[in-house]
Amino acid sequence: MAYTHYILVCGGTGCESTDAKGIYNNLQMEAKAAGVSDKVQIVQTGCFGFCEKGPIVKVLPEDSFYVEVKPEDAKEIINEHIVKGREVTRLLYKKEKKNVESIDEIDFYQKQLRIVLRNCGVINPESMEEYIAREGYMALEKALFQMTPEDIINEIKAAGLRGRGGAGFPTAIKWEACYKAPGDIKYVVCNADEGDPGAYMNRSTIEGDPHALLEAMTICGKTIGSHQGFIYIRAEYPLAVDRLKIAMEQSREAGLLGKNILGSGFDFDIEIRLGAGAFVCGEETALMRSIEGKRGMPTPKPPFPAQSGLWGKPTIINNVETYVNVPIILNKGASWFSKIGTVDSKGTKVFALTGAITNSGLVEVPMGTTLREIIFEIGGGIKGGRKFKGVQTGGPSGGIIGEEGLDVPLDYGALTKMGSMMGSGGMIVMSEDDCVVDVSKFYMEFCVDESCGKCAPCRIGTRQIHALLEKITTGNGSMEDLDKIKEISFAMQKSSLCVLGQSAPNPTISTIKKFEAEYIAHIKDHKCPAGKCKDLVRFSINEKCIGCLACVRKCPASCITGEKKSRQVIDQSKCLKCGECFKTCKFGAVEKE
Amino acid sequence: MINVKINGKAIQVPEDTTILAAAKMANVKIPSLCYNSDLPAWASCGICIVRQEGTTRMLRACCTKMAEGMSVITHDPEIIKARRTVLELILSNHPQECLTCTRNNSCELQALAAEFGLRQIRFEHFIINRPLDNSNGAIVFDRNKCINCGRCVEVCQEMQKVNAIEYQGRGGKTVIGPADLAALEDSPCVRCGQCAAHCPVGAIYEAHANRKVWDHLADSNFVTVAQIAPAVRVALGEEFGLEPGIISTKKIYAALRRIGFKYVFDTNFSADLTIMEEGTELIGRLLKGKGELPLFTSCCPAWIDYAEKNAQDLLPNLSTAKSPQQMMGSMIKTYWAQKAGIDPAKIYSVSVMPCTAKKYECKRNDDMKSSGFQDVDNVLTTRELARFIKQAGIDFNDLPEEEADNPLGPYTGAATIFGATGGVMEAALRTAYAVITGKELGDINFIPARGLKNVKEAKIDVAGTEVRIAVVHQLGNVEEVLKIVRDAKAAKKDPPYHFIEVMACRGGCISGGGQPYGANDAIRAKRAAGLYTDDERSTVRVSHKNEAVMAVYTEFLKEPNSEKAHHLLHTHYIKRDLYK
Repeated sequence: MAYTHYILVCGGTGCESTDAKGIYNNLQMEAKAAGVSDKVQIVQTGCFGFCEKGPIVKVLPEDSFYVEVKPEDAKEIINEHIVKGREVTRLLYKKEKKNVESIDEIDFYQKQLRIVLRNCGVINPESMEEYIAREGYMALEKALFQMTPEDIINEIKAAGLRGRGGAGFPTAIKWEACYKAPGDIKYVVCNADEGDPGAYMNRSTIEGDPHALLEAMTICGKTIGSHQGFIYIRAEYPLAVDRLKIAMEQSREAGLLGKNILGSGFDFDIEIRLGAGAFVCGEETALMRSIEGKRGMPTPKPPFPAQSGLWGKPTIINNVETYVNVPIILNKGASWFSKIGTVDSKGTKVFALTGAITNSGLVEVPMGTTLREIIFEIGGGIKGGRKFKGVQTGGPSGGIIGEEGLDVPLDYGALTKMGSMMGSGGMIVMSEDDCVVDVSKFYMEFCVDESCGKCAPCRIGTRQIHALLEKITTGNGSMEDLDKIKEISFAMQKSSLCVLGQSAPNPTISTIKKFEAEYIAHIKDHKCPAGKCKDLVRFSINEKCIGCLACVRKCPASCITGEKKSRQVIDQSKCLKCGECFKTCKFGAVEKE
Repeated sequence: MINVKINGKAIQVPEDTTILAAAKMANVKIPSLCYNSDLPAWASCGICIVRQEGTTRMLRACCTKMAEGMSVITHDPEIIKARRTVLELILSNHPQECLTCTRNNSCELQALAAEFGLRQIRFEHFIINRPLDNSNGAIVFDRNKCINCGRCVEVCQEMQKVNAIEYQGRGGKTVIGPADLAALEDSPCVRCGQCAAHCPVGAIYEAHANRKVWDHLADSNFVTVAQIAPAVRVALGEEFGLEPGIISTKKIYAALRRIGFKYVFDTNFSADLTIMEEGTELIGRLLKGKGELPLFTSCCPAWIDYAEKNAQDLLPNLSTAKSPQQMMGSMIKTYWAQKAGIDPAKIYSVSVMPCTAKKYECKRNDDMKSSGFQDVDNVLTTRELARFIKQAGIDFNDLPEEEADNPLGPYTGAATIFGATGGVMEAALRTAYAVITGKELGDINFIPARGLKNVKEAKIDVAGTEVRIAVVHQLGNVEEVLKIVRDAKAAKKDPPYHFIEVMACRGGCISGGGQPYGANDAIRAKRAAGLYTDDERSTVRVSHKNEAVMAVYTEFLKEPNSEKAHHLLHTHYIKRDLYK
């Protein structure tokens, strides 16, 4: 019996946390109750990417895109849409107050090109058949039976694939070095220790399409002559780990993993290693030490992993996104892939768009897309119509790009030139309400906590810069402190052992360069132009106050007093500077300075 | 050889030479802090950065290897500036307590700060106050002074494979210590003190005994007695500007008397006694089936501690003979006290050792009170003795040469080589051969036991019996030998060895955890050579011909392994948990 409808329920971690599981269960229950279980197939997929509006439910073949669905909406979706064939218009995504009927009309998706996320939100990640139905494991078959290791390396080289985990090292060069490295024992490692604040593209990719990663790693194993792979993934990603485990079991059973894969005589298996949450374990040498059972701390490079990696053996270590590009390159060919992107960087890049943005979520765009397109077209601009100030890319290692960088086509080179980096693809948007000094302090605090503690310039330098930023944000800074920050940053960049330490000053240094006036305002005028730094903000109530007491009711510190219908007064000694009064007042009576 | 340039000067260096080593060859000194030639470069401090000419990137000289054609700039204003900032950062997280620090004047960080001329720390001074760990009686860990360079961790994990300490926590809260920051006493630590010997600052050091010893020296109610270990005599001189390996035994006797010790004995005497006891035990096991084979030596307390925690299946294989320090301790308070008519309760017995574990050994168990009192009351390291000499205002090099006191002073060449790896083995073989065959060895030098090779093996024909021996030093090499023993045992094969000497420290006691700082293999070789020279110059070179030792047997103990000897000179071992 053929299904008339398919209901795809987002099963990414974001939507799961807002009860997508409840939606799925209720849909099943309601379908049964309505007697349409045989007409509708309900599938939990991976992440749709449009996390701002989750949980997301999509109904096929109409392509109805329901947003912010709640478990109690299940009845209506079944009874109205499935039974009666009428879309539940109140759940449809709205664009300029009009219902949007199809995913293709949504701005968020229009500029995207989903290669890495090709199967996310499309297939059931727990079904190998659905993966295979979308050309899954075709590339592996090619790699096993039609291509030599050199062919594979050349194809990836011609495609121009660069590592998606950080500095963008050409993937084929790495694979070639490892292929040529002498030795019988080699390893394939996947870095899924995604640790940048706000970044979750690797998690979503695995949650939505785990087989793609397994296929790619097996191809890598065939290419370099390795029989053992490791996926190093954060323990904080339980759903991704579960789906990986299911996928591994399925592919072993199907002869796609393990001994004598597809009868080719090639053996390859994969083990999952859970990371305990240290940011530094995303650094490849630290990651490998951690797999070896040692404490995750970076070691000197060279030797590079391709020569001497895991247990001293030649090792390929790539990021999730890099791997997932491989099968599609082999399937569609290097010439197809290399047409996407810029001269410098080919293919697409997935970004986790968060911060002061209207549509937060995962976006995948061709290399060369501008920040303006990502932030204003896909992302729908700054939340609440505020003014754009900057965007942080590359996580704690990256820098902040201001207005001047909005129209630069993004690729590895362009980002580096602008004082930032691609990193893993975190993109945190800041509005005029965000203070750059405060943001720098946030990232520095992250590094203070996440420095592995080995390297003196990083361990102590981050601590000292953080202390200096703290001085500035509390109005106690001096111009000399700014010089000290620059001096420590220089020493860290030059003398830290790993890239975490070398790049930890980047957010601070890039903002001092581009937003120096804001730093000086903190130091010389003791003012925070964004009104974010609590010690430098003062709220007061002016003569416009009509005594409506709206602010009084909101104030958590009960520090606003006065007669009803007359001007209120804020007790500065008790004020927490939370800004609730300022946000609440409709008469412009609360002033922020 | 490859062609490289250091500051524009072309030189040839072997392949795989690091920038740091290449610079040294070019007579250029690159400052460094965390690097130590005993250990693989861990690259934690960031001081040794240099620039590859033509690039802006800086490299760590300690861990970056030179490549053909590479040109390195070691000093320019920018490099110096970055180094100075890093140093200032390190000092911002280090107590400014140089005056009262155990490493005052021997601190590598202090020396670097002096070299850079730092006069002020411009950054916030911060220390996370952590309590001192002086739990294990041998080594003190002051985490406030720790600069997290990681040398101790590498020593403990890579060199010794004891794995007692590791970095704990992250970021600014990173701290080094046993798992879950357990006390050292409750950890796998075996007190070898190699961490202390390698620590560049005053974060790990021997548990000081100064005050107590000085107090007893000043107290006329006590008869103070000293003994010095073999390895002390070839290293102490380094503290007074002498070359490593110079033998200063007789100056040390003189110094101890001037410090105030009433009697000065030599642990070498009891090393000869040890050979009689351990040698007899070996012969018993070898020829009479009395006990298991192989027999392991038991002079090294860190090895004993290690075995009690890590080789519990082999405890019956350890010689029950006490170490020379403890044999001397019990002889002083029994044999000598009787002979000299001194109340043993009034004797304050101090030993000078190259070792930190000896501080623990003297209180190990009740066997160490065989005289009815604590046999050895206190232990000083070689480094501590050097400070005593300085405190006593003694010009060491100007001291006259004096003899040790009788009857616990005279020693043979066999005893003095106890301080070097292989020495106990060689001394035991000299005596065992004579006892078994009734003949003296033609050539008593047993070269296969000497030198710094990790594991040394040999076979000796003793009157038609093949005796297989192994010598291992540096605890990290021990498991290799234990595995061979265990595998043979499991396969019910003949023991692969009959006699195995184990010393916890690299090179043996000559680079023990209490010896002068800065040991490396070149220094170890020189110190060992000093002991072998002492042996060669000795008129008697076999323990069984030490007349003073023979007198102990005739007058007091009757014979080796007698009941009395067992009571006073032997001990027992128990299983201990790695973590309490």
